[in-house]
Amino acid sequence: MMRLELVKRAEKSRLMSVLSPVFAVALTVVFAGIVFAAQGHNPLSGIWYFFLEPVTSLWGVEQLITKATPLIIIALGLSVCYLSNNWNIGAEGQLTIGAIVGSIPPILFPDFVNPLVLPLMLLMAMAGGALFALIPAKLKTSFGTNEILTSLMLVYCSNLFLDWMVRGPWRSPQGYNFPITIDFHEWAVLNAVDVGGIYLNLSAPIALVLVVILAVVMRSTLKGFEIRVLGQSPRAGSFAGFSNRRMTAFAFALSGALAGLAGMMVVMSEIGKLQPVISPGYGFTAIIVAFLGRLNPVGILIAGLVIASSYLGGEAIQTSLQMSSKLATVIQGVLLFFVLAADTLILYKVRLVTGREGEGARA
Amino acid sequence: MGEGTGDTGEILRRVGGDTPLLEVRHVIKRFGSFAANDDVSLKVMPGEIHALLGENGAGKSTLVKIIYGSLQPNAGEILWKGKPVTVASPAEARALGVGMVFQHFSLFEAMTVVENIALALPNCKATRELADTIARVSANYGLPLDPNAHIADLSVGERQRVEIVRCLLQNPELIIMDEPTSVLTPQEADQLFVTLRRLAEEGCAILYISHRLEEVRALCHHATIMRRAKVVAEADPARETVNTLAQLMVGNEIIRVIRDKGRLGPEAILLKGLTQISQEAFGVSLQDVNLSVRSGEIVAIAGIAGNGQKELFDALSGEEPLEKEDMVIFAGEAAGLMDINQRRLLGAAFVPEERLGHGAVPALKLSENVVLTRHGTGEGIARRGFTRFGKAGRIVEKVTSLFDVRKGVLDPEARSLSGGNLQKFVVGREVERTPKILIIAQPTWGVDAGAAAVIRQSLIDLSRKGAAILVISQDLDEIFEIADRIAVISRGHLSKAEDADTLTPEKVGLLMAGGAEKKGAAAA
Repeated sequence: MMRLELVKRAEKSRLMSVLSPVFAVALTVVFAGIVFAAQGHNPLSGIWYFFLEPVTSLWGVEQLITKATPLIIIALGLSVCYLSNNWNIGAEGQLTIGAIVGSIPPILFPDFVNPLVLPLMLLMAMAGGALFALIPAKLKTSFGTNEILTSLMLVYCSNLFLDWMVRGPWRSPQGYNFPITIDFHEWAVLNAVDVGGIYLNLSAPIALVLVVILAVVMRSTLKGFEIRVLGQSPRAGSFAGFSNRRMTAFAFALSGALAGLAGMMVVMSEIGKLQPVISPGYGFTAIIVAFLGRLNPVGILIAGLVIASSYLGGEAIQTSLQMSSKLATVIQGVLLFFVLAADTLILYKVRLVTGREGEGARA
Repeated sequence: MGEGTGDTGEILRRVGGDTPLLEVRHVIKRFGSFAANDDVSLKVMPGEIHALLGENGAGKSTLVKIIYGSLQPNAGEILWKGKPVTVASPAEARALGVGMVFQHFSLFEAMTVVENIALALPNCKATRELADTIARVSANYGLPLDPNAHIADLSVGERQRVEIVRCLLQNPELIIMDEPTSVLTPQEADQLFVTLRRLAEEGCAILYISHRLEEVRALCHHATIMRRAKVVAEADPARETVNTLAQLMVGNEIIRVIRDKGRLGPEAILLKGLTQISQEAFGVSLQDVNLSVRSGEIVAIAGIAGNGQKELFDALSGEEPLEKEDMVIFAGEAAGLMDINQRRLLGAAFVPEERLGHGAVPALKLSENVVLTRHGTGEGIARRGFTRFGKAGRIVEKVTSLFDVRKGVLDPEARSLSGGNLQKFVVGREVERTPKILIIAQPTWGVDAGAAAVIRQSLIDLSRKGAAILVISQDLDEIFEIADRIAVISRGHLSKAEDADTLTPEKVGLLMAGGAEKKGAAAA
């Protein structure tokens, strides 16, 4: 009898840490090919349209960066949560509340028009997202509530709250009864600038700066060390004098703030007002980005671009092959599945065991 | 084996007269290079209450796990009613007729007694008949239980009854009980003994693990005594005194390292009325603990595991907050309300019992594990929020050469080190700081003799350089080797620390088996 056996490695394999996402992407491409074939399309052309065609034009690259930016910013915050063993699933809600709070200046004070409005909106959005994220954090530290459930459920609360706001108190009087707020004024939007043929706004460089800051924090500060220690071994963390409760609050507040920031910038650049739906699920997709990027800031930067391309790929197969763009969601899920599975190789070796060998230990 | 007492004749007679219910022959169980059971043999007769005695780490639990099928031996055989058997899993053990009552219960708190029991029985539902059976069996054996009560509402003693009744419903012929009285009040224990005698009269054998020698003498028909993975003696407890049993348990071969008396300085550790009510289900409350340790001496706290050692360590390290600041005084400063790093700044260092997961983070490198305990000691390992791993790396090199830590690469992850080498690192990391105060739990737990010698010598050297050292240990050999004074902890009470030269292992063994709490029990 032959079987596969997983043998624990003494140490993490550095090689596999790098290779495992590559394996995962490769397996996902193969899987996508099978799906295309099953739907009666040529798998190779499906793969071309889904994975490659979108980035063959400057416009495609611009779209890619625009979609990747919020994913990266949110995933950076989530990575701090997940590294410290706090399971914030509610970034989508923190994004929404952040955007609502940050929209107070242009909507309630439309006459307050000056350059200070823009930074003020971003700061208010971060504060709003952070405070909203502190609700599940506080419930966890005070009552031992499962933060996965509470943070997830608060997403629905926040979405309904936004829906009510734009249909009720904040509905634009000039909006022909559409559920939208008034348009933001000129200092309350992010304008795109031409950078070598592609138009980018401030959010992309902000995401890059955040990647660098978080990389430095995680690598060489005591705070980054604290995050890693408490996530891996809470008891050793308290032996080091770190507090689990404070870390939970910190991680949720940080990821809430970044989600709020991302949400605000999406509204300020792409929409220019509030409406019932402001995000195509960035807060949830960022969870995949965080894990695909190995909870590492630079990894998240790359993963954000990969996942963003799947959004574009979904649109591309819809127009080119008349397939449902929902396939993009399927492929994102499959990618996460393969990432988690391939991660096994980092800590385990695969060994082929033939019959007798495994039985020898028995007396 | 040797050391058999005068009762071998009687044992042989009983063994010869009947087939043993359970016989374990020459069992060997190794974990890596460490033998937890080394050529262990044991016979249990039907209807016999058979005590299994030994210090922590003597190999009792390993043996019991082998009998119950949760571990497989590397060599040796098990005979059930004279026939060789392989017990591949606890389910197979139960099918043979072996039941086990665990020290820590495995019950669902939100469910009722009958639901919990139905879960454990194959193809059984929580029916009215089952409830009736439970009520009948429990009343029969003097273990009154309400089948419809919720576990959460039951006392610890009643929960144990549920476990016992669950075990009895499977009609076992051998019941293994792992320290059943450690969680019981004296009254509950007495009631349990009545039940056990009743079971034995009906022919059910009981393998009884306990440290409490008085109750073993009163209850058990026969005792097998283990020390350091081997069976060292068989005895008839009724014919032994508690003293002679303790002596068999701890052994005579105490090796003393030559050490001159240190020069005693001022009191560096002072505990005044340290009282801490435990909030955990199996926690032990500390009861008015008083102790002083002066610079230049090693004071050891002996005791059987689970008598408050963990709670005492957490109270001293500051991981568990205290009520009053003067309950713990370090170097003259009231430290009771300080956190662990404030205490470290006073010159204190700590080595917990659990190396991986408490003393060190398994997946972090050694240099990062240096940062773990030394970032807040004012040595500049963390400055302005930035960590200096280079500096930590140099400490790793120093500890490695001072303590002979064997490792494959320069800076490996903690989990890749062997137990002994990791322990040398964890101790060395603190000793290299030359702390004024060192609190260390189980300094050589599960460590080979060579590493143990290195660690013990380093503790003696550190104390002679003027450090006050408090050792919490279950290993009496170790305690007598290094301690200047010895106190004993039992159910959260600490005995007065006495000069090690005036004590014998037997005397300490007696205190460990419950003698230390007499004063406290009278007060309570």
